[in-house]
Amino acid sequence: MSKDVKAQEAKNPMEDFLRMDRIPHIWCSGCGIGVVVTSFVDALRKSEIDLNKVAIVSGIGCTGRVAGYVKLDSFHSTHGRAIPFATGLKLGNPEMQVVVFSGDGDIAGIGGNHFVHAARRNMDILVICVNNFNYAMTGGQVAATSPINANLSTAPYGNFEYPFSLPYLADACGATYVARWTCLHIRRVTMSIQEAFQKKGFRFIEVIAPCVTLYARRNRLGDGLNLLKYYHDNSEIRHGADTRTLDIGYQGKMIVGKFVDREKPPFLECMNTHMKKALGDKYVPYGE
Amino acid sequence: MKTLKPLNGNQTIAEATRQVDPDVIAAYPITPSTAIVESIAQFKADGLITGEFVCPESEHSAMSVCIGAASAGGRVMTATSSQGLALMWEMLYIAAGLRLPIVAGIANRALSAPINIHGDHSDTMGARDSGWIHLYSENCQEAYDNFIQAFRIAEHMDVRTPVFVGLDGFIISHSVEVVQVEDDAEVKKFIGEYKPVYSLLDMSRKITVGPLDFTDYYFEHKRSQIEGIENAPAVIEQVGKEFGLTFGRPYGFFEEYRMEDAETAIVVMSSAAGTGKDAVDELRQEGLKIGLLKPRVFRPFPYQKMAEALKKMKAVAVLDRASSPGAFGAPLFTEIRNALYDYAERPKVINYVYGLGGRDIKVEHFKEVGAKLEKIRKTGKVEEMCGYLNLRES
Ligand SMILES: Cc1ncc(C[n+]2csc(CCOP(=O)(O)OP(=O)(O)O)c2C)c(N)n1
Ligand code: SF4
Repeated sequence: MSKDVKAQEAKNPMEDFLRMDRIPHIWCSGCGIGVVVTSFVDALRKSEIDLNKVAIVSGIGCTGRVAGYVKLDSFHSTHGRAIPFATGLKLGNPEMQVVVFSGDGDIAGIGGNHFVHAARRNMDILVICVNNFNYAMTGGQVAATSPINANLSTAPYGNFEYPFSLPYLADACGATYVARWTCLHIRRVTMSIQEAFQKKGFRFIEVIAPCVTLYARRNRLGDGLNLLKYYHDNSEIRHGADTRTLDIGYQGKMIVGKFVDREKPPFLECMNTHMKKALGDKYVPYGE
Repeated sequence: MKTLKPLNGNQTIAEATRQVDPDVIAAYPITPSTAIVESIAQFKADGLITGEFVCPESEHSAMSVCIGAASAGGRVMTATSSQGLALMWEMLYIAAGLRLPIVAGIANRALSAPINIHGDHSDTMGARDSGWIHLYSENCQEAYDNFIQAFRIAEHMDVRTPVFVGLDGFIISHSVEVVQVEDDAEVKKFIGEYKPVYSLLDMSRKITVGPLDFTDYYFEHKRSQIEGIENAPAVIEQVGKEFGLTFGRPYGFFEEYRMEDAETAIVVMSSAAGTGKDAVDELRQEGLKIGLLKPRVFRPFPYQKMAEALKKMKAVAVLDRASSPGAFGAPLFTEIRNALYDYAERPKVINYVYGLGGRDIKVEHFKEVGAKLEKIRKTGKVEEMCGYLNLRES
């Protein structure tokens, strides 16, 4: 084997998209976050998007680390505020494809208010939420997505609070694209991201992912493979399903698929149309 | 029964909370204080705590829950760090302004940006004007002792002001020490029953909390709030003494280490004081007459007592684990230098910012400071008033 071939082989296939100086990453083996990153990179590649026009914003958490690992303009913001940071970024430079990549605690717990309002005003961003049913980074505490009866470090005898169904929430708030997948559906995740890149407005993709070290261990659910098997046996693809039917019970059935795909002018377009109407020729449209 | 237990700083706060058994506990997880909340959750699940335990969706909400519960007449606690405390900021002022005796355990941690999870005092120092009382702990035992005393101080009729109990993130929050845990019943007896004066749920005497207060009375109400914290020193002193009589570990406003015949002194709070004491021992062996003063109470600032303790020194170095960008020195330094202003005989005072983002401070760094003080003592000249310790600058 020539040296060149060897060198080629040694190269990580995602090297061009990763900050290799930050690798190895912190994620546990068997964690689902990396799978979602791979799908994301794959979607970028396949969509042939100009990487100079993609920015990624994360909050804080295990998933939040994504912003630090991908070789794009990236912003590791603060816990819960990824969406408002992304809003600013998008409005500051409307040409950009702005992607929020963060955990369920970040997006639906501490940052829930921002999620609701960005969807309501149809802010033109893509939100990819890795849902591992707990606050992983801080040690597996109960989150807004934890299923009833799941055991968490702040719910040692099981959770009793009703969790959010994220696709239902996104739909109710007006998102233009809503999908849910698991880490098993890697090609579907990739396709979903590609599809979402093509659309405008508030787009939301939830990916159910194993947190082997905390959620799975506390609940004795086995390793990453066991969880993928659970996803395999218990997820059912039902495109267009009524988002009111998407609750996930503890180790229960999961409806996945694309649930919402609607056309609706995003925030900037609404603003420009409205202000043009109000001010006529005096108004200089922004970001068109 | 009182027992010796191996506990880390977070566990001591949880243990004290279990003994105090507040009516409501509301907290959101954040490194390095998360384990406080987790231990409390376990206590609650095991029936060792009777109070309510709530996991709200953010620290802002956690403090809001505490405020609601305290307004309803409850005894209330929370715990957080860094960004969590920063997110509580709006609510900290509400708690103090409404005179609600909430107690918060703070595993001190650096503030973003850049993000860092290690220990420094930027978080509580950032909240220094929020009206809360600040107690700082050198080790796990002090964290435990301070936390118990905090309830007595906060709830005292003349004070009714919320209290932070600071313990250095990781260095104390995660280090295990053998801690004297007092008897449950004795602790309960020490803190006594909490009797709120006004409470929202007292239907025989209806009140309103937080109404509009414009140019007519806002100022007077603020003044009366300040009076609460101004009344605190007498209470802190009394509670510290009583704690000593009951449990054998008396507390004052600060601790003096080898200060009797000292001519120079290092002032440093929290865990670094332990390292500082070792350095003082070594410097003493080398013939320097140096001592150390470790503040325990930062708000209300014990300016008179502190000045009395330091006025005879020739030179004093104040070490701050927080910066105050653009100010003339960091928080502790400005207080101390100010406190000494009226004394005709007073030391030269210099300031070092150290340990931001958890940067280590070792005996050798304290010795560097000791040598600088010795030089000032001899020459009477200060070359640089405000500097940094163990920092790469070039
Ligand atoms: C204001 C604030 N509160 C708390 C934290 C501590 N914290 C960091 S990550 C995190 C939870 C992360 O959970 P999630 O968003 O679900 O992401 P995951 O780690 O599960 O990927 C928390 C509570 C913080 N950084 N800032
Ligand atoms: S703690 Fe859980 S979410 Fe975080 S890296 Fe490990 S497996 Fe993944």
